[in-house]
Amino acid sequence: MKLRKLRVALAIVFSLLITLLFLDFTGTLHAWFSWLASIQLVPAILASNFIIVIALLVITFLFGRTYCSVLCPLGVFQDSVCWINRKAKKYPYHYRKPLTWLRIVFLVIMAAGLILAIPAVYTILDPYSTFGQMASNLFAPVYKWINNLFAGIAEHYNSYAFYHVDVWVKVGASFVVAVIFFVGLYFANRKWGRIYCNAVCPVGTFLGFISRFSIYKPVIDTDKCVNCTVCEKKCKASCINSKEHKIDYSRCVVCMDCLDNCTHDAIHYVATNPFKKNTAAVPAESDSAQKSRRTFLTVLGLSIAGAAKAQTQNATEGLSKIDGGIATLLPKQAPARGNRIVPPGAQSLKHLSAKCTACGLCISSCKNHVLRPSSDLSHFMQPEMSFEKGYCRPECHECSVVCPSDAIKPITVEEKSSIQIGHAVWNQALCVVLNDSVECGNCATHCPNGAIVMVPTDPSVRNSLKIPTIDEARCIGCGTCEYVCPARPISAIHVEGHDVHKFI
Amino acid sequence: MEKINRRSFIKNVTAGAAAVTAVAAVGCKPGEQKSASEEKQLGEMSHRVHNTSGDVVSLLGYGGMRWPTVGSGRNAPLDQEEINRLIDYAYNHGVNYYDTSPRYCQGHSEEAMGIALSKYPRNTYFIATKLSNMSPGDMSFEASKRMYENSFKFLQVDYIDYYLLHNIQGIAQFQQRFIDNGMLDYLKKEKEAGRIRHLGFSFHGNKECFDYLIDNYTWDFVQIQMNYMDYRNGQRASGNVDGEYVYNRLAEKNTQAIIMEPLLGGRLSSMVPPLTERLKAQRPDRSVASWAFRFLGSFPNILTILSGMTYMEHLVENVETFSPIEPCSEDDFALLEDIAKAILDYPMINCNYCNYCMPCPYGLDIPGIFQNYNKCINEGQFAFSSHDENYKKARRAFLVNYDRAVPTERQAKHCIGCRQCVPECPQRINIPATMQMVDDYVEKLKQNLEF
Repeated sequence: MKLRKLRVALAIVFSLLITLLFLDFTGTLHAWFSWLASIQLVPAILASNFIIVIALLVITFLFGRTYCSVLCPLGVFQDSVCWINRKAKKYPYHYRKPLTWLRIVFLVIMAAGLILAIPAVYTILDPYSTFGQMASNLFAPVYKWINNLFAGIAEHYNSYAFYHVDVWVKVGASFVVAVIFFVGLYFANRKWGRIYCNAVCPVGTFLGFISRFSIYKPVIDTDKCVNCTVCEKKCKASCINSKEHKIDYSRCVVCMDCLDNCTHDAIHYVATNPFKKNTAAVPAESDSAQKSRRTFLTVLGLSIAGAAKAQTQNATEGLSKIDGGIATLLPKQAPARGNRIVPPGAQSLKHLSAKCTACGLCISSCKNHVLRPSSDLSHFMQPEMSFEKGYCRPECHECSVVCPSDAIKPITVEEKSSIQIGHAVWNQALCVVLNDSVECGNCATHCPNGAIVMVPTDPSVRNSLKIPTIDEARCIGCGTCEYVCPARPISAIHVEGHDVHKFI
Repeated sequence: MEKINRRSFIKNVTAGAAAVTAVAAVGCKPGEQKSASEEKQLGEMSHRVHNTSGDVVSLLGYGGMRWPTVGSGRNAPLDQEEINRLIDYAYNHGVNYYDTSPRYCQGHSEEAMGIALSKYPRNTYFIATKLSNMSPGDMSFEASKRMYENSFKFLQVDYIDYYLLHNIQGIAQFQQRFIDNGMLDYLKKEKEAGRIRHLGFSFHGNKECFDYLIDNYTWDFVQIQMNYMDYRNGQRASGNVDGEYVYNRLAEKNTQAIIMEPLLGGRLSSMVPPLTERLKAQRPDRSVASWAFRFLGSFPNILTILSGMTYMEHLVENVETFSPIEPCSEDDFALLEDIAKAILDYPMINCNYCNYCMPCPYGLDIPGIFQNYNKCINEGQFAFSSHDENYKKARRAFLVNYDRAVPTERQAKHCIGCRQCVPECPQRINIPATMQMVDDYVEKLKQNLEF
């Protein structure tokens, strides 16, 4: 009774805080709770944070897969789906044989992905990353809409308690992945409980190897058991074989539901001899349908991502001048970049690819609307930068603060101002100085490093219009110039990312 | 049939909406609000008589530059129902001078006023409109003449009482717009033919230009910017000639002045709390704006004072101030002179939100940016230094207000300095430099820099 309540209470606190990390656009929580993301297993492995990894393994050895019931936000998300559906069906589950082969296949794929640094593998298979994608793509917009509702009310009463924030789908592919996971998990969970955790999730399988031998575990007291099968039917993990009074501890997530539901006090969470065999190994059944899921997801994601269409500049009406009104602004579109840009602290494209689980926490925490998930297969859903809605502002280093897997290493704002992540490139054909014959130079005016110098279009003509030139050595690739460039929909100056970042 | 249905439907809907808003806002019906002000037993609207034609003109004139729109947003259409309501109230309370221009309100002001006024007998109100051929595309004789003729059509009149050469800013520009193309000669003939009753000009320029205009030509009236700020501090505030000089020169020529920008686009009706307190302490029950009108009402050579009243409450309040006007005492003048000097201590942007600069070809909301900046100063949400006691509060308020008032892609950071707006500004604001100043301030706040 008490143990289940404790589990639920801890799960609520941890998952709520970790979800809020993805929702909080003010950055207040990140300062206090970003460690919650760092204690997730895959980010800890990627960050080579062995203390955390060992601690998690020790906890699992002592208490079973409590990680899956308390710390893993995707696990807690699934438990809440169970909780919501508890009234629809009183006894929703039954014992099922383990899908051992499938579990091992996914674990091997994951291990290979981590060792060979194939981001698409671990970004899709890491449960924390999956939760992050759902949180940033699906929950965050709802949270922001609610905030905006309050902002509207606050504005009405002239209060500054809430302010309006932009809600936009950053990249279609990542959004689609989040929707598929959300819907898939929701329905799979309704029917089969924690099937994802016990058939797909490599973290679950990995911890299962240890929890099999954990010291504390739920044990059925055969003297008291009346074979009512309630515990089996209430088990989300489908791991209680009530007929044989056996529990598959590799799948048990120690939710304590069985303890609570047993009316005869026949199940207890007790210390045992860890190496005494409790459950017989059951041969696995193969499920080929699930194998192709990953490829399906990525293909689907990609097909949706390729839908950006160029618009033409509208002509201003040549009628006589009238007072008032406002010019229509075409929304900015991302330019075609030769090389993608990743945030300062990422060190290099290679480092980011190898370390990032694509949880999207940096993307959610980017106040300047710069970071978005990539739609490129080779670094699918990992963060990249673009400057249509904002630029990498000098006072912000939020992404480097929140990154749990060390993919974006912590940097100070002072360091950031001298880390070169790319350089600006001028596109003569789009520049308003030449197209509209007007004075401009907004890129040079706002460049924080003085890396843009305006030079006369024609040095022989006095007062000829000036065009921008770029001092590549001073440019850090922050994207200010790209953002403030008046050319629309595509800026006449854009940033090309560097493979390896350097201090200038 | 269909038309009538639609019209009555719109009428019912807007009336309903208006009632709901009014109830929500003040907790009483619009009718009650009106009777409440009439309970104050207004005296008669102050009048002035035109020195040659004998026109009896109300001292409060209605300016048509700031009509209400349906919804907010800079491209929102004018709210004709509300304009009708405003003009009905003004007309019924003795306001008989109505000023407009073909360029105002994205070119819809004349038409809206024509609709609202045409139901009244033509000889009971005076119409003023302008030859607003400021942009090069409109300066030819043909284009200017078309503009003049369209005014008759939109205003639904066959004569114009007061016709103005709009917004003269310099001698060269005056020559180009009215002399070289023969427009002034044409308009003089039109006056002889009776289609124009008085010919004048409106002025935003320097001393030399003003002297040139009144020494070389004769005018039936002249429209000038004057208020207790510009009266002696015009040079400092806008670079234009002081109101005092202009007024005195007109008085010397026995030419009456029509006053525009009595409130500087609202900057003299809402000011920083310490200054508001000083005015309120003198007259607790009267608005801050009433001081500006009383200041002007004290000058005898003024024919009428224009106010672009957007909201009914402003109109009701102003009608009260003018029915009748109570001139300023010597003490009042001294106080206002003091207030004017104090206002200059605040870093307000000298913008009256006239919208002449708009639309900016690069999409900036120029008046919106300036208005938000001034509003924050006015409401004490401005940090003069990062060591200010209220710095944190002021910082948040300014940044939140800025994003609320102006979408990010239309903020000061996007000003490219093309300078196309600069010649349009009657207040001589160096708009690109001011944009830079606003953005610098925003950057200081955003980056939390010390200043």
